[in-house]
Amino acid sequence: MSETKNFMYLNRRAPYGTVYAWESLEVVLIGAAFEQNVSLAFIGDGIYQLLKGQNTTELGIKNFSPTYNALGDYDVNKIYVEKESLDARGLTVADLLPLVYEDADEDYAEKDSIRVVTAAELAEIIDQQDVVLSF
Amino acid sequence: MAMLHTVNKSPFERDALETCLRLAAKGSSVLFIEDGVYGAMKGTSFSTTLSNAMKDKTFYVLGPDLKARGVDASRLIDGIKVVDYAGFVDLTVKHEKVSAWV
Repeated sequence: MSETKNFMYLNRRAPYGTVYAWESLEVVLIGAAFEQNVSLAFIGDGIYQLLKGQNTTELGIKNFSPTYNALGDYDVNKIYVEKESLDARGLTVADLLPLVYEDADEDYAEKDSIRVVTAAELAEIIDQQDVVLSF
Repeated sequence: MAMLHTVNKSPFERDALETCLRLAAKGSSVLFIEDGVYGAMKGTSFSTTLSNAMKDKTFYVLGPDLKARGVDASRLIDGIKVVDYAGFVDLTVKHEKVSAWV
């Protein structure tokens, strides 16, 4: 049996303009299916991936933002958002998708997955990872 | 008629918008499309730069690209006009030339 590693995915690009955001999400879900310890960080324009109210009907392409809601079911419940990136874009956590998970240790209570952290805090978290993948 | 400039990159990731604003002549029009639409939002670290540019240029943003990204028109800097695809076509017809800052 292989050991479980700490995987962190850095999401740094806006959705739709390039394929990075969608590709990252696919890799995250695959990694989670292999029961690795997965966490996500949204940095820079990656913050835009989590904006509420995305509607791609007029573009004729898939709106993949609802997929982020499924992360909790894959036990991906550590989603870090860098405060500095929010501030630079005039955004707050209230502008983001309300991502939640059910905490098995507390009678499946619904909890927020998104944690707003400073760059200094995020640096510590990244430093603790075994594998860091940047998209 | 003045030139129409299109910008399709986020100002936080590339310098396309910054370069466009520096080099587009007074009286030009600028249309934000694709990831460029983030540059039209107010309250960002870039919005003061854009507000200054609005003194001598006219700004437009493509509505379908805003909607796709979950950006409500109320989040735009005042004075930036939202156009649909037909409006995009009208702009290209109304202007003599188009420059795409890809």
